[in-house]
Amino acid sequence: MSLAAHFDIQYTRILDDSGRALAPLPPFAKDAAALTELYRWMTLIRAFDAKAVALQRTGQLGTFASMLGQEAIQAGIGSAMTAEDVLLSSYREQGALLMRGVTMKDLFLYWGGDERGSHFSGARGDFPICVTIAAHATHAVGVAYAIKLRRQPRVAVCTLGDGATSKGDFYEGINAAGAWQLPLVFFVSNNQWAISTPRTTQTAAQTFAQKAIAGGIEGLQVDGNDVLAVRQAMDTALAKARGGGGPTLIEALTYRLSDHTTADDASRYRGADEVAAAWKLEPVARLRAFLTQGGAWDKAREDTLLHECNAQVQAAVEAYQNEPPPALTQMFDHLYAGVPAALQKQRAAVLAESA
Amino acid sequence: MAQITLVEAVNLALRHEMARDADVVVLGQDVGRDGGVFRATLGLLDAFGPGRVIDTPLAEALIAGMSIGMAAEGLKPVAEIQFSGFAYTVIDQILNHAGRLRHRTQGRMRCPMVLRTPCGAGIHAPEHHSESPEAMFAHIPGIRVVYPSSPRRAYGLLLAAIRDPDPVLFLEPTRLYRLFKEEVTDNGDALALDQCITLREGTDITLVSWGAMVYESLAAADALAAEGIAVEVIDVATLKPLDMDTILASVARSGRCVIVSEAARTAGFASEIAANLADDGLLTLRAPVLRVTGYDTVVPLARLENHYLPSAERIVSAAKHAMTFS
Repeated sequence: MSLAAHFDIQYTRILDDSGRALAPLPPFAKDAAALTELYRWMTLIRAFDAKAVALQRTGQLGTFASMLGQEAIQAGIGSAMTAEDVLLSSYREQGALLMRGVTMKDLFLYWGGDERGSHFSGARGDFPICVTIAAHATHAVGVAYAIKLRRQPRVAVCTLGDGATSKGDFYEGINAAGAWQLPLVFFVSNNQWAISTPRTTQTAAQTFAQKAIAGGIEGLQVDGNDVLAVRQAMDTALAKARGGGGPTLIEALTYRLSDHTTADDASRYRGADEVAAAWKLEPVARLRAFLTQGGAWDKAREDTLLHECNAQVQAAVEAYQNEPPPALTQMFDHLYAGVPAALQKQRAAVLAESA
Repeated sequence: MAQITLVEAVNLALRHEMARDADVVVLGQDVGRDGGVFRATLGLLDAFGPGRVIDTPLAEALIAGMSIGMAAEGLKPVAEIQFSGFAYTVIDQILNHAGRLRHRTQGRMRCPMVLRTPCGAGIHAPEHHSESPEAMFAHIPGIRVVYPSSPRRAYGLLLAAIRDPDPVLFLEPTRLYRLFKEEVTDNGDALALDQCITLREGTDITLVSWGAMVYESLAAADALAAEGIAVEVIDVATLKPLDMDTILASVARSGRCVIVSEAARTAGFASEIAANLADDGLLTLRAPVLRVTGYDTVVPLARLENHYLPSAERIVSAAKHAMTFS
């Protein structure tokens, strides 16, 4: 017998649990303003998230999928991509969408039950949130194929959860991305839970990153609560893809501090101890500790930022609540480029019934 | 002008549109070097290169899903699923994504893609190669379902499907691929995507069908004509959105209608047309609306296949029954 092939999965973290640097800082992290900007986004995303849950609890929003605990992933992805890149996200990367130009009002509208929320005020080339798990891994292949065919310096980024890596669409996606060496980054947020299914039940694979190897593409693992590590991995993968080096799969280790959605009660299937332990690793406090240790942050700045974020979120809530209701015909008018004759009758019927 | 088969007409339309529009790409299993298992894409790889004529991994959901991504980026993918029996795994992509993308983004994004697949029974093929899934697809909002029945209509409808700004499921009757030839002019003229096509006029009874069943319906119309029964033959051609106006107008004249479909009977597309006739044409009817369909069974393998498929004889029999009502 001889060794046919051998693979390794590298794990990277830059900040330890208490926010101290374990490794030399990447160039972008030496700019204090850039780091405080990342921190500002993470804080804003958490404020948005908390408000969305509160709105749902008070009957002012429909079911909402929280990102609590996964803010470093949002900021790392959102800050690394260019405007021309394309993000194809699941429902747990709304923060990255916000950083790319989608507005909080858009997202409130979406979760409030209005298709206009996915019309997107910014990031006009990004896909709407993919609710069906992993289907967008194949869409991302198509986007990346088009980019490569046209020789554009752009990259498709497909974000998924750990559960998504059990699906066929995921495998079909990574396989094709590898076969064609597409400019595509798969980003797997391993938050340990797919609703009630723990990571250990999801797969016997030692890492999710190693699933990339089956597609012949590079897989690596980062601490997903360390925004510096996430950002660095994204920078590297994006540069590689842009330069014709092909796809990468990044597995980010994190923890879903929230319920799956507001319709879920995670206390039914996981213990409070586990969640309490995970809170000690959460990403916002970690970056704040790092910034504070370096003198770039203090309580006064924190208070000001929280005030600003809450005001921004509140303004978005008001914009959402002041939005006039959708026209009844909204369900017909963008189904096709024009309303087919066969649908005109039904469109007229909904108007007549409400008249 | 040349006499060509239906599968050659598909090839001709693809070639025409790929030459005319650089955004058109063809993808699927074996569509490149092999020219497709039915040779529908023969020669396209040499003419347009591997960037635009794409041999994919063996993964149907990928083929449909990546078409959505390509379409969103402004390409016009024409994907091939080798047989309609393998198309069921793509229903998730078509139903949840292709048919919804424009709507769920309220017009921000679009999905101009064509999914072609050979369809139907009658060639003694192996298992899973003879299915008729048109009703399943016709149930999906936001897409079009097109089903040509002759070389000329395949050419014109495929051009229209590729040029349409929305997703189109394009079903090709395998049985007719090489059954007969027709003169097709490669003039780039597309047919309408929302119109039934009246192939033959007659005032005694209306026969409504699509795909390979149009061929059987025309044979039945010949037999009935020999007995002095004037048959109007309508090729539905574009199942969704459905042009009921043409069918209703015909039935208003004839008062009798037989709908022919090789798919399973229950909840089939023939039932949809019959229901529409009940809604809007009941008072013009002189006889019950009859359906001649496949049975509610799995499509049998070769030895019983012809007993499953509606034949001209079964259509004639149904039509004569309808004629007993006056």
